[in-house]
Amino acid sequence: MKSLAELAEIRERMKSKVVLREGGNEIRVVVGMATCGIAAGARPVLNAFVEGVNRESLTDKVTVTQTGCIGICQYEPVVEVFQAGKEKVTYVEMTAEKAEKVLQEHIKGGRVVEEYTITHAKKA
Amino acid sequence: MKELSLNILDVAENSVKAGASLIGIELDETEELLTLRITDNGCGMTPEILASVTDPFYTTRTTRKVGLGLPLLKLAAEQTGGSMTVASRHESTNPEDHGTEVTATFYKNHIDCTPMGDVISSIVTLIQGNPTRDFVFTHKRSEGNVVLDTRQLRDVLGEDVPLNSFEVLQWITEFLREQYAGDENR
Repeated sequence: MKSLAELAEIRERMKSKVVLREGGNEIRVVVGMATCGIAAGARPVLNAFVEGVNRESLTDKVTVTQTGCIGICQYEPVVEVFQAGKEKVTYVEMTAEKAEKVLQEHIKGGRVVEEYTITHAKKA
Repeated sequence: MKELSLNILDVAENSVKAGASLIGIELDETEELLTLRITDNGCGMTPEILASVTDPFYTTRTTRKVGLGLPLLKLAAEQTGGSMTVASRHESTNPEDHGTEVTATFYKNHIDCTPMGDVISSIVTLIQGNPTRDFVFTHKRSEGNVVLDTRQLRDVLGEDVPLNSFEVLQWITEFLREQYAGDENR
């Protein structure tokens, strides 16, 4: 059974990591989690980013956060990627699978997945 | 909403936006009824706003408390023959004891009762997005109760480790899963 003692072990393990993290995060992934986003399937998208960022050991570089409705409900689930010195990228109609591709190609590889962006969706 | 757990996630986000530091999510199941209660110590609502929260076509767009969240929960409850009520005490009139309480009852065996879905994922998502708030989740069931109080976890973790660290979120997921499966392991 999971115990609070196990949680205390996590605390001990993480204390050392906290010091390393002071470099600051370079990329911020923001998932829209208002009624519109949640109803359209934002929860698994958020989970895919949270799990993916951890799996790829990117937690020092990337933070995954939630936001409310940004006003483009028809394109939900919406994910915005902010990176210092670069223009914000807005991904629309996301799924967990698309999140994985964004993680690999954009977050890790630095190449925007154009076909999932709002610019591409508006052209279609 | 395809799952009641998504309504829970959505309505609890209202409590976050209302500035609540403590949010209670309670599920109480009997043979026939499922009662969902979401309580918070946020700013609360004035009687005027409270009167219109369940009207999907009323929107002030300044309070962020009105929209489709509560109407969708109300619909989900009423389509099973159940109901939803909202009680609120606004901070202007109740400076010492303000907050909101949303209660919805569902007839579980009704054909139109939305499935619960992944409630663990909703709780973990709430904690991931709001690591400085406290959540008390209780699911009362005949098979055994499921309880999570983030204040207890915070006591153990101290200030060094945020509640939304991946390892902690994983621990919470497993902790809840084990409680739900508890009756099978006994």
